[in-house]
Amino acid sequence: MKGLAGLAGLLLLVEALPRLGLVDDGYLPPATRIAAALGDEVVTAEFWRAVGDTLTGWAIGLAIAVAAGVVIGIVIGAVPVLRAATASTVEFLRPIPSVALIPLAVLLYGTDLGSTLLLVVYAAFWQVLVQVLYGVADVDPIAEETARSFRFGTWARIRNVLWPTALPYVFTGVRLAASVALVLAVTAELVIGAPGLGKMIAVAQTSGAVPDMYALIAVTGLLGVAINLAARLFERRTLAWHQSVRGEVPA
Amino acid sequence: MKRIAYVLGLPVVLFAAWFLISAGSENFYAPPLRDILQSFGKTWTLDRLDADVLPSLLRLAAGYALASVIGVALGVAIGLSRGLRATVEPVLEFFRAIPPPVLVPVIMLFAGIGDGMKIIVIVFGCVWPVLLNTVEGVRAVDSVQLDTAKAYGIGGPARIREVILPAASPQIVAGLRQALSIAIILMVISEMFAASNGLGFTIVQFQRSFAIPEMWSGIILLGLLGFLLSLLFRLAERRALRWYHGLRSVVRGR
Repeated sequence: MKGLAGLAGLLLLVEALPRLGLVDDGYLPPATRIAAALGDEVVTAEFWRAVGDTLTGWAIGLAIAVAAGVVIGIVIGAVPVLRAATASTVEFLRPIPSVALIPLAVLLYGTDLGSTLLLVVYAAFWQVLVQVLYGVADVDPIAEETARSFRFGTWARIRNVLWPTALPYVFTGVRLAASVALVLAVTAELVIGAPGLGKMIAVAQTSGAVPDMYALIAVTGLLGVAINLAARLFERRTLAWHQSVRGEVPA
Repeated sequence: MKRIAYVLGLPVVLFAAWFLISAGSENFYAPPLRDILQSFGKTWTLDRLDADVLPSLLRLAAGYALASVIGVALGVAIGLSRGLRATVEPVLEFFRAIPPPVLVPVIMLFAGIGDGMKIIVIVFGCVWPVLLNTVEGVRAVDSVQLDTAKAYGIGGPARIREVILPAASPQIVAGLRQALSIAIILMVISEMFAASNGLGFTIVQFQRSFAIPEMWSGIILLGLLGFLLSLLFRLAERRALRWYHGLRSVVRGR
């Protein structure tokens, strides 16, 4: 309830600042004008195509990053020698800012979907991998020994011991990766010019359509909020059996 | 000995593999590593570092420092007041969800394309993780500690300084760590948009003029920078949170 009041306050502030002349309305148009611009955008096919393009890049990139992160994470995490040998490399590659790859992406893929994917996958992959590695390291040694003494094979141990332990970490990784992937998808469109919401923002900016620009930025924010909520909901559903979720439900 | 082999083994192997595989490379976009390394020395001379890397780093430092101060200050204020928190939380979540690079065009409207714009962009992108983590940290302060402080008559600034900030510091540091990688990204992006100097600007110039080995050397430099900054952060964190990591290992070892 109070949260709604907060949102209403923000809208009121954005309406009042330019109307009272405190901010130049060429820089910050009143909220009603932004809303009108949004209304004009929402009925165009171009807008929905851009949303679709952005979400396509986001979803494919995220899927590749999650699949690669989970597989590689489990292989590395389950074999101690590999884990020790790759630790320094992971620590070195992870902090490399993915935007450093922008020039390379432009040369390799131009303004295609490939550019977006390269940046999205690189940025999202590390989020997943690191969480999977934490998860695999968290396996209860007693459960592991028990499985061994019952002569579970490697595959059965991964399926029945390692995977359930690592799953909550995997979800944390996916949630982090989902929001990072959106940031990078929009960034790639904005800077490189791959089709999508980011490109529309860049076009609105260069053509001086300031209310449209604000409207589109608000849309990216709403997409981000929606992705966060969806990831949380999905996590809660799938991990309903896990203590971290069960513990939150009031008895 | 064995540890050193593990730490250095794979990087050396990968580096050697890159060097050997690319040695005879005719591919225009993937020149031999030897050429890249040669151009690294030639490109990133002291003059260049002074003219392009230093301004970037100064903007990064200014924006990051400002964002940290603002984020912690607002975060403590919001975290301490339940009513305020309930009111502003959805707004904060919305602002955090906006991909920070899209703010560049907006801030260009207000602040032009000078240093001010780049610093504001960094501040605006970095402040949310710090702010939200501080709010969480302040909220989670042990209520027994708070009551004890109250019973001893410790109030106002002293309570914030002696009780709340130390208790929230592990969370705050987690927010600062997230903010650091966002800051580097925004430093590069803001320079790619509109600038006359800086790392991001220079690398894009190399790409546009098809100076491929130089471009690669720029990418490597950015990577090294990201790695060094995160290393520095970890060292600082280990010093500042020594008590916390010690406490946690004691609890775990029980």
